[in-house]
Amino acid sequence: MNKTWNNKAWFMVLPVLLLVAFSAVIPLMTVVNYSVQDTFGNNQFFWNGVGWFSDVLESDRFWQALGRNLLFSGIILSIEIPLGILIALNMPKKGLGVPVCLVLMALPLLIPWNVVGTIWQVFGRVDIGLLGRTLHSLGINYNYVNNVFDAWMTLIIMDVWHWTSLVVLLCYAGLVSIPEAYYQAAKIDGASRWAVFRYIQLPKMKRVLLIAFLLRFMDSFMIYTEPFVVTGGGPGNSTTFLSIDLVKMAIGQFDLGPAAAMSIIYFLIILLLSWIFYTVMTSSDEQA
Amino acid sequence: MARINLDHIRHAYGEKPKSEADYALKEVHHEWNDGGAYALLGPSGCGKTTLLNIISGLLQPSEGRILFDGKDVTYLSTQQRNIAQVFQFPVIYDTMTVYDNLAFPLRNRGVAEPEVDRRVREILEMIDLSSWAKKTARGLTADQKQKISLGRGLVRNDVNAILFDEPLTVIDPHMKWVLRSQLKKLHRQFGFTMVYVTHDQTEALTFADKVVVMYDGQIVQIGTPAELFEKPSHTFVGYFIGSPGMNVLPASIDGSSIKIGEETLTLDYRPQVAAGAKTELGIRPEFISLSREGMPVSISKVEDIGRQKIVRAEFAGKPIAIVVSEDGEIPAEPRVTFDPAAINIYADSWRVGREG
Repeated sequence: MNKTWNNKAWFMVLPVLLLVAFSAVIPLMTVVNYSVQDTFGNNQFFWNGVGWFSDVLESDRFWQALGRNLLFSGIILSIEIPLGILIALNMPKKGLGVPVCLVLMALPLLIPWNVVGTIWQVFGRVDIGLLGRTLHSLGINYNYVNNVFDAWMTLIIMDVWHWTSLVVLLCYAGLVSIPEAYYQAAKIDGASRWAVFRYIQLPKMKRVLLIAFLLRFMDSFMIYTEPFVVTGGGPGNSTTFLSIDLVKMAIGQFDLGPAAAMSIIYFLIILLLSWIFYTVMTSSDEQA
Repeated sequence: MARINLDHIRHAYGEKPKSEADYALKEVHHEWNDGGAYALLGPSGCGKTTLLNIISGLLQPSEGRILFDGKDVTYLSTQQRNIAQVFQFPVIYDTMTVYDNLAFPLRNRGVAEPEVDRRVREILEMIDLSSWAKKTARGLTADQKQKISLGRGLVRNDVNAILFDEPLTVIDPHMKWVLRSQLKKLHRQFGFTMVYVTHDQTEALTFADKVVVMYDGQIVQIGTPAELFEKPSHTFVGYFIGSPGMNVLPASIDGSSIKIGEETLTLDYRPQVAAGAKTELGIRPEFISLSREGMPVSISKVEDIGRQKIVRAEFAGKPIAIVVSEDGEIPAEPRVTFDPAAINIYADSWRVGREG
């Protein structure tokens, strides 16, 4: 094969390069820039090395927020993934039920984040909210404003309500791609319902589950709007996640240096964890 | 192993079939003998797979009953019927090893592990995959996968019947031959009742003792390969079996004389044909001889297929095929004669018997 080399071809990628530069690389580099400099105002900056990074990493505030993030992601993943699979398994495979179920499932996904937050903020209010008042009249002392457990419960239920659909839809897509012959063969082979799930449905859903898992992990780890709207990070700091803390630091306190350092650390954590999950979950494929 | 009775089975896929045309399977009433090897032969969409799925219990027939050894199993599940079935496309459990795939049907039924091991090793030997036993089934080729599917069908030795739904479609021709002989051998060895669905006549004729030809949702003929060849009971059978298929010519019948176009033939019997029926004469290309005597034909094409030549000709305004031996001469002014014993008469596509 004779390949012709023509360096003019590089011009073809120039528009994309520029686009990516302005939308991603340059903003990211400004953050990097802030993270290694300090200022006392007047737009005068001086070099601070890894000072902000060590400040962030040594602060309890950061580790506590990170802990809350991990706990939150862990809880919602362990609810949404099994629940999503369960719902997908029970969805109809044909007939009128299919479009009805799909639309019902897609509805929560179409609602903007802050609207979801507002819905639940109002829903859970003790004075006027349907949920809050109902629970109160049943004699349950529920108040997400001053009770840590209630605040967490509200956020978790809200996230489950908002995002389980995504897992359901992805799993459903995986399920309907299984040819009928597999189920017939399983019947012939005398497989139990569990065996059908374990050896046919689960392996076929594996890829979409990986995607669902990664999407839900990244999204929940970056959660901001909903807790900001519902609890504002409270009561106390009990629902202050990294993102909320970051915004407080950057915009509330205008500590650009530490905020920049923190966002880089935050970004690297997400990248690292996603990479680990991806590697672990796909490694079994390569052994085959 | 069991004798299987299909008692007036009909099946329609839609709810509430209105007319005969809504039935994918028109009335089937038939008995499969214990230990018989049957082939279900027919074109795509003729209801072969439907019939097979009804026997295995994957489908409930709209009407009729199924009996195994006289016991009604119509409403029993596939598992309760204890049937093995192999599908057209390979179904493997790709997270399991080859060994576990084969052991799966046995383990699901709680067979003791030493027995599982003995059976699986036997099957592995037979399908020639012993060296793959410990590997996961994912990386196998299509025909290895299909061999596993076959193996899973054969691994249970207590089944009432083994059903094959075009199992060798994805297998290459040489391997097809090998596997078919193994199935045949297995059948002789263990005497399973086997039903083999195919649209390939060679496969059907070599595999089965009895071939069941299906067309448009009904069984048109059940017979040995020789019967299908010599006395096709429906013009479809004549056309479908044999290569090239039977010549079917429109004919008018008057007593024992038959008129095709301008030509007249005389039979040694009087076919009983109802008035107004569409009558046809069928004769296989092998039983037409080409010489200087007989009825005139005009030859349009000669195909040399090696050991034989197929002559495409026009007879009484209709195209016919004639099989001539490799060294048979083709005269300049060709004429044909029909072997009287090989002439079949059809009324409304169904064969009219000599006795009738």
